[in-house]
Parts: sequence; C-alpha cells; structure tokens
Amino acid sequence: METIIFYILAAIIILFAVASVTSRKILRAVIYLLFVLIGIAGLYFLVDYNYLAAIQLTVYGGGIIVLFIFAVLLIHHVELELEKTPLKKKLIAALLSAAGLGVTLWAISTYPFPVTDTSTYSSIEVAEIGRILLSYEDGGFILPFEVISVLLVAVMIGAIVVAKGKKLTENN
Amino acid sequence: MNFLQMIIPLNITKTISDWIYSIMPETAASYTIMVVIAVAYLALFAVAGLYLVLLERKVAAWFQLRIGPNRVGPWGLLQTMADALKLVSKELTSTTKIDKFLYNLAPYFVIVAALMAMAVFPFSKQFQAFDINIGVFFLIAISSIGVIGILLAGWSSNNKFALIGAMRSGLQTISYELSVGLSILTMVLLTGTLQLSEIIEAQRTGGWLILQGHIPSVIAFMIFMIAGTAETNRAPFDLVEAESELGAGFHTEYSGMKFAYFFLAEFINMFIISSIAVVLFFGGWLSPFGITENIAWFPEVIWFLIKVLGLIFLMMWFRWTFPRLRVDQLLTLEWKYLLPLNLMNLMLMAIVIWLNWTI
Repeated sequence: METIIFYILAAIIILFAVASVTSRKILRAVIYLLFVLIGIAGLYFLVDYNYLAAIQLTVYGGGIIVLFIFAVLLIHHVELELEKTPLKKKLIAALLSAAGLGVTLWAISTYPFPVTDTSTYSSIEVAEIGRILLSYEDGGFILPFEVISVLLVAVMIGAIVVAKGKKLTENN
Repeated sequence: MNFLQMIIPLNITKTISDWIYSIMPETAASYTIMVVIAVAYLALFAVAGLYLVLLERKVAAWFQLRIGPNRVGPWGLLQTMADALKLVSKELTSTTKIDKFLYNLAPYFVIVAALMAMAVFPFSKQFQAFDINIGVFFLIAISSIGVIGILLAGWSSNNKFALIGAMRSGLQTISYELSVGLSILTMVLLTGTLQLSEIIEAQRTGGWLILQGHIPSVIAFMIFMIAGTAETNRAPFDLVEAESELGAGFHTEYSGMKFAYFFLAEFINMFIISSIAVVLFFGGWLSPFGITENIAWFPEVIWFLIKVLGLIFLMMWFRWTFPRLRVDQLLTLEWKYLLPLNLMNLMLMAIVIWLNWTI
C-alpha cells in the first residue's frame, strides 16, 4: 500500500516538475510547481512526518507560491506567452540538469541506508521539536535559530527602507 | 441493546463497519470504509453549505424586517435545494482568451481546501475522520492553500474587475492569516498541544478555554473572529467581491456549478472558522456544565452544532451591521491594531500561564 502511494506521488512530482519547466505560460508553470511541492508534502505525510509536511504546505504552498502568483498577477497578462528558448540554451540546460541528476544519483547510491529498528518507533511530537530547537545543550539548535531570527529582522527592516524609499530621507 | 442506543452515531458506524468487514476481505473492507467516510463527508459538506445559504438569507431577511424565502417547501426550507438544481442545469459559459486550464482548476482549489479542513474536526468524541497530532497547524496550512484558487480565478478569467478582486483577496488573506495564526497560537500556549481531540480533553475538567485563560483568551477570541471574518472574505471585509465596485469580484466570469463551488466554499469556510473557534474557545462537543456528560446515548454532536451555529449567526450579524471597509482601512486595522495587540496578548498569555493565574 505505502509503496503504491509512494510511486503515485513520485510520478506526480516528476510529471509536474517537467511540466513546470517546459510550460510557456508563466502562471501555469507556477501552478505545476505548486503541485510538485504538494507532492513532496505528501511524501512527508507518508513517512509520518506530519509537522514537516504542514510546514511544507504553509511555507511553500501558502507563502512562496502565493508570492509568485502575486508577482505574476502584477506583471503578466493572461494572453502573454514566454518566448521560445533557443536550441543552444536548451542543450546547456539539459546538460546541466543531467549532471545534477548524476551527482544526486551517485550520492544516493553510495550512501548506505541502515535499517532502523521499527519496533521502538513513535511519530515525532511537535513539543519535542520545539524543545530541541530552543535547547542550548549538545545537539540543540538555539544558535542557528537566533541567527535566523536576526536575519529575518534585518530583512524586514531592509524591506521597509526599500519600500519607503525617498520619503524616509526627506521627512527625517 | 435498547432503541436509544441505536441512535448513537458510534453504534451506527460500528454496525456498518462490522457488516462491511463480514462481507469482504480485510484490505478491501478498509478501502471501502475510507470511501464511505469520504462520501459521508461530501454529503455533509453539501447539505451544510446549502442550509447555511438558506440560514444567511433568513437572517438577512430578519435583520431587514422581511420574511425571506418562504415559497418552496414549508418555511422555504427547500429553496436552496431548488437553487442548487437550477445551478446544476445552467450552461457553463466562459469568455474568450482565458487560460482554460487554470480557469477550470480554480474552483476545485477552493473547494478541496475547504473539504480537507473539514476532515480534522472532532464533531463528537467518535465522529472525527483524521485525528492528526498537528491538528490546528494542519488547519492553518490548508487554509493558506485556499486563497490560491481565488487568485487563479481572478487572473485567468481575463477580466479587469476579476483581477482587482483577486489582488485584494491576496493581500487581505496574507495579512489576516497572521492574526488568525497568532490568536490560535495564544490558545495553543494554554493547552500545550496541537491535537484537536486533546485540546477538547483539556477543557473537560478545567472549563472552557475562554474561561480558563480569562482576559487574554477573550482578547484572542475577539481577534480570531475579526480575522476569521476577513479570511472568509465576508462583509465587512468583502472587498474581494464588492458588488458596487467590482461586479462580482473574482468570480465575475463564472457561471453555473463553477460559480456554485465558490459560493458553497465561502459558506463552508465560515463553518470552518466557527468550528475552530468552538474547539479552541468553547469546548467543542463538551456540554455546558457537563449536563449531558453522564447520559451515554446523548449525541454530543448536537452541542457542537449548536455552538457552531451560534458563532455563524454572530458572523452573519457582523455582515448586516457593519459597512464595508476601504482597502487602506483594512490594512490599517490589521497591521496597526490587530497585529501589535495580538503580540502583546501572546506575551500576556505567557505571563498568565507562567504565574499560574489561569482559572
């Protein structure tokens, strides 16, 4: 049962990923990308990692894709199509993606996947993730957590400054 | 087994599942049960949507001192059924030069997102399809997908009013999602769990969460209802489909059943927002003061529905009381008032829990 669902999800992901890069209508490409991301969320649900799946849906589905759509809505008309890519560009892109696929396949095939004991397995609680995220003992993630929050504050202030533009300097 | 025990939903489902298991091999039976549950939820979805439309019309009529629909069936009860039949039989029109694929996809985005959210609600102790351990978070994740349908509908219809409606919808939903999330987070702080069934269990002994968390809870409830009304694109936040400015907003170019999907989804979203509020603030299916707790045959789903209908009535009351906001007022309300208030409220709730001031 799980195997069948895995292959269905994998087929969806690959199909829409290809559709996304080959589509000449930009918003369709974005929607195909959304299906790819939802498929990945489905994989997380399949391996019983609900928290990451919900994060995937919220951040990628609800955040980034909505942002993409917003940008497309502002700059693109429904009748416009992207220009046809010349053959040379297509070839370079194909070579690069083949190289990337090769590296990934090599990494996966050489990595030994040890079989873990499934009898002691229990699905990960959100409270546990939270505790590890804020722990400053060994294996805790407090430093990256804080660094990311500083980065986000910097980004927000930067966005406000950029958006305010001249008005900020003239008034103050 | 006496007759009264037969009407408990648990026993009905148990009888059906026993019967299915007795006539089929085990794997086939489990798939059949999944399909039966899905069909049951679809039916619930359709009926709830249709009768909420009728309720809205009746409430609107009552607020405006009219009678409302009263011709089809007793007290007009079959009016929305007739409307649905009419919509099914209508021609599906579309304008030229649209993006056909996205135009047809958009209604399904909205309706599937709403249906997925329905699956996690505990209607009663046994009546819950999917008790996921991140319940509330899953709801937030799903509701953030729904807006994509509206954006697609507005863009792909190749109509400027629809596009303006979609843009408004996007900025409104992105802004108010924050308030919905933060007010839910305030309550999660109090329960310490995201699982919906456990949130309800936490209210069995200590009283409803709106009482347990007193001041910060009440503030969180008010913010949640305001932001929730905005999330569902209802008046006074219905800039998305403001009739006097935009025709019908993002669904101007839709007709027949495709229009009905958007229309139904709006009412189902209202049901979802009210259900979240009921679970988080008013004890879900728990009876007030535990009056029916010891009556084994009492279907607890009744309490859930009474509370949800109460909150839906509140949202309809908003609609017929307040005038529509302008876009700048909408954004000022969210970013200058609700968001800072919400963050302060979160701190207040943390202090209340830290000092053990909960009731």
